[in-house]
Amino acid sequence: MSHAADLPLWAALLVALLLVLGSGLTLLGAIGLVRLDSFYKRVHSPTLGTTWGTGGILLGSMLFFSMIEGRPVLHELLIAVFVTVTTPVTLMLLARAALYRDRMEKNPEVPTFVAVAERSSEVVVKGTKNGEPEKS
Amino acid sequence: MSAAILLWAVTISQIFLALAALCCGLRLFRGPRAQDRVLALDALYVCAMLMLLTFGIRTGSTLYFEAALVIALLGFVSTSALAKFLMRGEVIE
Repeated sequence: MSHAADLPLWAALLVALLLVLGSGLTLLGAIGLVRLDSFYKRVHSPTLGTTWGTGGILLGSMLFFSMIEGRPVLHELLIAVFVTVTTPVTLMLLARAALYRDRMEKNPEVPTFVAVAERSSEVVVKGTKNGEPEKS
Repeated sequence: MSAAILLWAVTISQIFLALAALCCGLRLFRGPRAQDRVLALDALYVCAMLMLLTFGIRTGSTLYFEAALVIALLGFVSTSALAKFLMRGEVIE
């Protein structure tokens, strides 16, 4: 780490703090991924790593390279924006797929379709296509 | 002094990220259903991306940043494709 020898002490301390904060939060999220007991609880825990886990390490990296090169280095913002935009999209797609699979298998732990639950006392529901309730 | 502080911080953070990747790998192997494995793969991608950024700080080169960006892109595409596959049974309809 000879390239970091001329870094001021406050910047080194701040970069170290941000790095340890980010990686510690990522580790906490991964431990949650192992320890929580149902898929719908587990789907929340990696977001700890994608919000402040990524944010801390990216802020540390931005500060480090800005101090080393003596000019603002902001290209880490690309990763930050990209991760922030894509994580909710992927996890929501995944949760919807898991909910669909559980409903198709009549798993009692998930709520059934709203239309099915309302009409279950009347008749057999017809015309469900791909698991989506029919528009009436 | 500041080089020593940074070396310790980067080492600790790489150990943490390696442990996090190990936890994701455990869920990837154990995970009772397919959606658990896809979720663990997504978290593993994030761990690998952060690990590359810490390697960039350790060596002081910005080349690692581009690899991290590519890994983030591939993680998004692969996870959404796998979620689509779990939902419909095929990726491109």
